[in-house]
Amino acid sequence: MTDHLSPLHHTHVAAGATFTDFAGWQMPVRYTSDLAEHHAVRTAAGLFDISHMAEIIVEGPEAPAFLDYALAGLLSTAMIGQAKYSLLLTERGTVIDDLVVYRLTHHSYLVVANAGNRFAAVRALVERAVGFDVAVTDRSDDYALIAVQGPRAQAVLEQTTGLTVEIPLDELKYYRSTSGSFSGVPLLVGRTGYTGEDGFELYIAAESAAAMWAAVALAGAGLGLVPAGLACRDTLRLEAGMPLYGHELSLDVFPAQAGLDRVVALTSQDSFVGREGTEVGPADGAWRLVGLAAEGRRAARAGYPVFASVSENKPAGIITSGALSPTLGHPIALAFVEPSLAEPGTEVSVDIRGKRLSFAVTALPFYRREKK
Amino acid sequence: MPVPENLTYTSEHEWLLIDGDTATVGITNYAADQLGDVVFVELPEVDDAMIAGAVVGEIESTKSVGELLAPANGSILESNRAVAESPELVNSDPFGAGWLVRVRLDAAPEGLLSAAEYDALVGE
Repeated sequence: MTDHLSPLHHTHVAAGATFTDFAGWQMPVRYTSDLAEHHAVRTAAGLFDISHMAEIIVEGPEAPAFLDYALAGLLSTAMIGQAKYSLLLTERGTVIDDLVVYRLTHHSYLVVANAGNRFAAVRALVERAVGFDVAVTDRSDDYALIAVQGPRAQAVLEQTTGLTVEIPLDELKYYRSTSGSFSGVPLLVGRTGYTGEDGFELYIAAESAAAMWAAVALAGAGLGLVPAGLACRDTLRLEAGMPLYGHELSLDVFPAQAGLDRVVALTSQDSFVGREGTEVGPADGAWRLVGLAAEGRRAARAGYPVFASVSENKPAGIITSGALSPTLGHPIALAFVEPSLAEPGTEVSVDIRGKRLSFAVTALPFYRREKK
Repeated sequence: MPVPENLTYTSEHEWLLIDGDTATVGITNYAADQLGDVVFVELPEVDDAMIAGAVVGEIESTKSVGELLAPANGSILESNRAVAESPELVNSDPFGAGWLVRVRLDAAPEGLLSAAEYDALVGE
């Protein structure tokens, strides 16, 4: 069921986008070629509409203490302007959603949730806010979110007419944000993203989104910037080894299984929802998330079973995401496998629509950009 | 964009260029657009038998897998090696250089659509 249209919908229609339903939103899956869009992000820049993402404002005198309690990571220690990747856990320690949280001021934060988890995230935050002097407000319908990703993202934004930022972009560090404005309309610019490249995410009032999109596109025209859809967003994040909720993360997955222990603040003194559950952790023998790579061109896709060897018929894992990597030219996948198979270098066998193919467990990420 | 009028079509988004008891088979521009960029094509071997409706090949994009279905009983005469080496031909020229197989037909395929009927099916 598709209820929601992006504030940029008409822009995408005019650009000839092909659309897909994503978590109830009608979003561009590609404009021309998902491979060309993928390569543009790796070599120049891509312009993404990700307005389906949920924006939740948490503000009040106890906002820092509240988020330390409600989320698995420490947010009270974040600096103003800093962004942190965090998790919203169930009592038993499994994942309700993965989030990016920006500290806006001493007493206010922007929590960005996945579109498909918007209401679950808002509900959990509101429930957990009882007893705290804090207000949780779902502002998702008020904001558009535009991502500019790729090695030339900074140059594109620096040349965008009407865009001003408080911290110059060449001084803005990774996972830091700055306020700014576009044609007088306030916005937030984060040096964040989901592609494995340098890039920025711009939060702006929905009614100003189309004008800003057009201005960024115009500035990027001579720099190789292209509009980019969700198809390449998925292959880009897969190459970067980033989890996607509903594939690598779910209500059945503990952070430790997905390699996200580092996100959970177990070393702090404070309690948070899900702490006891994560301390106990997943059962012995619970499957672990690993990267897989193969030769050839045949992709292992979500749901395909993984076996310890070609002669084995009892599944010892399952593919959660997979594609022929556009950058690397060979198949890559994320999979949950038995702990005994989780060591890099281990050979496993994947059933690809009735044919067995050999994959090797590989350290993540598959792709890492060269830092300047 | 309307599809070529000299071809016939199936409701599974394949096209056929029938010449006597042989036919050249590919997928339509609509099918190629739905798949996105094709990155891998698996085609049958020459002389493989085919049974109407059975899967004889696969067309993979980054996002999904499409199946090539046999349009009738018969056998495979030729697979397009150019497409195996350059799968993007399926997107760039689906009705021409992106053809997939040439087949021998034991009988005339059933339920084929004219170009106008196929355009109506995909909403052109």
